[in-house]
Amino acid sequence: MRHEISILIIGLFVVLTTASATAAVLSARAPKPLSATLTNLTQRINAWWVMVALMTVAFFFGRYGMTILFALISFAALREFVTLTHSRRSDHWVLLGMFGIVIPFQYWLVWTAWYGLFVIFIPVYCFLLMPAITALHGDTERFLERVSAQQWAIMIAVYCVSHVPALLTLNVPGFEGRNLLLVAFLIIVVQGSDVLQYIFGKLFGKHRFSPKVSPSKTWEGLIGGLVASSLLGALLAFITPFSPLQASAVAFVACTMGFLGGLVASAIKRDQGVKDWGHLIEGHGGMLDRTDSLVFAAPIFFHLVRYFWTV
Amino acid sequence: MNRLSLRTFTLLQTATSVGLSALARAVTGVRPIWSGCQPSDRQRIYFANHTSHGDFILLSACLSERERATTHAVAAAEYWRKSRLRRFIAEDMLSSVLISRQWTSPEENPISVMLSVLDRGHSLIIFPEGTRNMSAELLAFRSGLYNLSMARPDVELIPCWIENMSRVLPKGQFLPVPLLCRVVFGAPVAVAPDEERRAFLERARAELLALNPRPDRDD
Repeated sequence: MRHEISILIIGLFVVLTTASATAAVLSARAPKPLSATLTNLTQRINAWWVMVALMTVAFFFGRYGMTILFALISFAALREFVTLTHSRRSDHWVLLGMFGIVIPFQYWLVWTAWYGLFVIFIPVYCFLLMPAITALHGDTERFLERVSAQQWAIMIAVYCVSHVPALLTLNVPGFEGRNLLLVAFLIIVVQGSDVLQYIFGKLFGKHRFSPKVSPSKTWEGLIGGLVASSLLGALLAFITPFSPLQASAVAFVACTMGFLGGLVASAIKRDQGVKDWGHLIEGHGGMLDRTDSLVFAAPIFFHLVRYFWTV
Repeated sequence: MNRLSLRTFTLLQTATSVGLSALARAVTGVRPIWSGCQPSDRQRIYFANHTSHGDFILLSACLSERERATTHAVAAAEYWRKSRLRRFIAEDMLSSVLISRQWTSPEENPISVMLSVLDRGHSLIIFPEGTRNMSAELLAFRSGLYNLSMARPDVELIPCWIENMSRVLPKGQFLPVPLLCRVVFGAPVAVAPDEERRAFLERARAELLALNPRPDRDD
């Protein structure tokens, strides 16, 4: 596994160095003051350096690192989601429970690989008990809106995100002890697809995909990004239990889900009247702005691998 | 009179201030938005909306460490002198300036207490609504802001809108829910020549209200 990880790290280093160099050349040639797009591009690339460095560190700590890192990502994402949606004073204890009980318990289930409870804890138990607590408080004002927002918040920010470290619990024959590479594969193709869609969109984008929801998404960006990231998936087949063809198919599905995740996130932001989820990552917005695609891709990727490749 | 507030911070006060600011940042990711003024060492009176005990912690977390050491929150003596513990927290840990509503002797006069702090060159954080406000509206301001400004016209009055704190730590709760918060610092407000007390207080209230970045929200 060490061999594959070294190749990934060197590959990412080369890509980021190329990106930084390109941005520097573009900035040097462009008229001053720099356009918003160029400033944002440089900020985004700098943030990518930090994110890749953090992921690398977490990788070296293996299962510990991954579980803790994604629990923290869930915390940041949940905070952004709850901040944006409506709540009332009587929701205080439910909100506290989402941070203080739901996140730790869900990640404990990941850690102990208790699959049976991991998949139903939030969609069954939390789904039924949280509105019950809210009803017991007796505050019925905008009740359905509040309990729906709470359930959505933990589904998106905790349940879906926790499927990334849960990949480490899958038992793929002939792939024992190398599950971290599945995490790397998923993150690289999905985040890579976001970047590729952005690049293809900026270079060739003409026809808007959904002007009402997300004006920046174009058909050219979507198709170029999906084709390129499927190829990227095939290229990365050597770190996975998949054949190159299978790898590109899995990457295609994951990246399509990722695209839809970005679309749904845009619709929620539009509905709530904001442009970004938060301000955690310079140039990118909040944690959910960066992970919306991963959120939608992770559970589907997890179940594809579990259904077709595990015993 | 406060025993410690007017000296430089004690070790306990410095530790409390650093610890609480770090906690406020970890829980709320608090971010200052300097929309009408810049951070500065100038002597100031920050006035803000008040919904939670966490308000002044959030506001001071947005100031530089040096400025924090000379900025004191003004709080109600009736509440913070009720028990030994509260008194210890307010005076020995937070170096708050406690003022009394039912004052009798002249040295207890809230205005003289606050002026004596200003005369040492220190800054104040005040909540002119006079109480933690649980309604959606901003309450009418009390006169202190006007009186202080008339007495010390050189001190800048900075309106500060504290966002979301009522949801993080509502009145009556002691465990904070982690939600993102912002503090919007507006342009200084000054009493205009010939401006009457009521008119000025109403204008200061309107200036503060105008800073709310999401006025459509009702939670």
